[in-house]
Amino acid sequence: MSKTLLKPPDQLELTEAELKEEVTRILTANNPHAPQNIVRYSFKERAYKPISYVDQLAIHFSLDGNLLLRDSDEGRRQSAKIGLEPEVEETEVKEEGSKEDIPEAGEGEEPPPHSRKEQKLTNQFNFCERASQTFNNPVRERACQMEPPPRATFSATANQWEIYDAYVEELQKLEKSKEKEKQKPLVAKKEDKARGRKLTSLESQSDDVTKVTKAAKIVERMVNQNTFDDLAQDFKYFEDPADEYRDQEGTLLPLWKFQYDKAKRLAVTAICWNPKYKDLFAVGHGSYDFMKQSRGMLLLYTMKNPSFPEYIFNSESGIMCLDIHNDHPYLLVVGFYDGNVAIYNLKKSHSQPGYKSSAKSGKHTDPVWQVKWQKDDLDNNLNFFSISSDGRIVSWTLVKNELVHSDVIKLSVEGTTMEGPEGLQLQTIGCGTSFDFHKKIDYLFLVGTEEGKIYKCSKSYSSQFLDTFDAHHMAVDAVSWNPYHMKVFISCSSDWTVKIWDHTIKTPMFIFDLNSAVGDVAWAPYSSTIFAAVTTDGKAHVFDLSINKYEAICSQPVVAKKKNKITHVQFNPIYPIIIIGDDRGHVTCLKLSPNLRKMPKEKKGQEIQKGPEVEITKLDKLLNLVREPANKPKK
Amino acid sequence: MAEVEETLKRIQAHKGVIGTIVVNAEGIPIRTTLDNSTTVQYAGLLHQLTMKARSTVRDIDPQNDLTFLRIRSKKHEIMVAPGNL
Repeated sequence: MSKTLLKPPDQLELTEAELKEEVTRILTANNPHAPQNIVRYSFKERAYKPISYVDQLAIHFSLDGNLLLRDSDEGRRQSAKIGLEPEVEETEVKEEGSKEDIPEAGEGEEPPPHSRKEQKLTNQFNFCERASQTFNNPVRERACQMEPPPRATFSATANQWEIYDAYVEELQKLEKSKEKEKQKPLVAKKEDKARGRKLTSLESQSDDVTKVTKAAKIVERMVNQNTFDDLAQDFKYFEDPADEYRDQEGTLLPLWKFQYDKAKRLAVTAICWNPKYKDLFAVGHGSYDFMKQSRGMLLLYTMKNPSFPEYIFNSESGIMCLDIHNDHPYLLVVGFYDGNVAIYNLKKSHSQPGYKSSAKSGKHTDPVWQVKWQKDDLDNNLNFFSISSDGRIVSWTLVKNELVHSDVIKLSVEGTTMEGPEGLQLQTIGCGTSFDFHKKIDYLFLVGTEEGKIYKCSKSYSSQFLDTFDAHHMAVDAVSWNPYHMKVFISCSSDWTVKIWDHTIKTPMFIFDLNSAVGDVAWAPYSSTIFAAVTTDGKAHVFDLSINKYEAICSQPVVAKKKNKITHVQFNPIYPIIIIGDDRGHVTCLKLSPNLRKMPKEKKGQEIQKGPEVEITKLDKLLNLVREPANKPKK
Repeated sequence: MAEVEETLKRIQAHKGVIGTIVVNAEGIPIRTTLDNSTTVQYAGLLHQLTMKARSTVRDIDPQNDLTFLRIRSKKHEIMVAPGNL
């Protein structure tokens, strides 16, 4: 090789001077190919203007790759087609994105359970499903059923009164158990039990009708009230207005009439109001006729039921008199025509008397004309008195379920001792027909006799009378002490007269002649000057001594037929009515008009004095008027 | 027992009484003098009314009790006496 410089043929030949010339060459980033004179039209200046800046970029080489962004449209399309498995990029996505939804939504079109499970892709060509089923045992039901417990439907209402009833029952049970403890005699207990058993067995056997007893009674009374409605209204409210114009007279308004079929032939021989139940009264039936003596009846009526008696008792002998005990209003004592006395107990259901006297126990030998209860004696035994035509006044006491008698007085007619055989002095025995005990002085009582005399006696003296009054010419039918005045009594007789006496004076204060035999006389319970008398001609007379001293202020025929004699009269203790019994067996109830019930008028400026003292003074005044002329010799 | 029968007879025989019905505690008629359909009707209706009346009276005052009930109409009067149990 040669170290010579080869000069190419076309090399420039330059002179040395030219070779020393420095030529500066500047490197710029300018693109030599870039146009330098681009002009644009500017509408603002309406001229073409050169653009200052020209793009100097020169692309030397470009090559298009085939990588796509995953998120781009094309990328998504392609990944959907392929169904790419998620790789690491996915976990990255997960960790990155707090919003999993978005990337998952982005991949939503891919099968969802990316996060959950891997879906097995089945081979479409070589796949068969193989399942197996186990053998299931058949299910058998086994149950056990018992008999259901017995059920009953219970319903009740809880009211105030149901509660009250329950309490009342409890109370009653307690009381019963207390009573059982207190019961002393065992015998009585057994009897009670036996009776109790009998009662229960009867109830279970009998029809339901027995339970209706009380209701039936009420309905009967209601029906009667309807039928006798006007009478009931009259009884309660009617006051005779005509009485204002008739100063000195009054009337008796007839109300109910009580009668019983089986007692139609029997005369009313006694009537008595019940002291406790003011609408209940007792009627004794018998006969006054000596020749026609038959059976007797004792009936109790109430004003609430005029058509049928409440209690009915039959007896073999006619009843002559009766009395109801004040403290025990269920005990009645009855005197018979055959001389017996008996006590009926209304509480007991049988129709026989509780206790009856007999010939052995000292019954009377003649009809018993009056009986009267006395206060219980010292041993708390019941006792009563009876008077009879055989001249004996007997006191009966109920001792240990038996009647024991003791003669109190033997009535003898004074001044008629006769000489009997062998020099015995025989006393003719008087016949007692009525008696009455003093209200306040216990031992003092009056006796009326068949001879017309009235004896004042004392329980303590058995043979002597305290006093004798020559009262009437015929038998004394009734004597009665004045309810207010201590000294006054009244007597009536078949000799047509009614007499009022002061027991200290031998002669009567007042004498009334009624033109017919007087059957009965009774004082009014509300006034000391009013009394009623009934006569055998069917009239009732009411007297008021403070209004008219000589005549009755009311004389009214009461019974329908003229031959009907009135036998007894009684005032009701509280209502202004009287009941009258006649000898046909009817009892009529009459209302007293206002004039007959006059109370003392109060004077202006004075206080109204209530009480029995007023009545006493009223009567006293009258008596004083009468007494003074009585002191003078009478004509 | 015969007393109740007597009383019922007397009530029926009383003037102005058309008929009587006796009803037991459940409201079933046990004795009647009217024909069957009337009895059943009356018994049913009156039983209810009586119960109502009784509960009214007792609600107002438990110590009180109904004694009887009267219904007066233009043509008749019905009287009911409840029995006590």
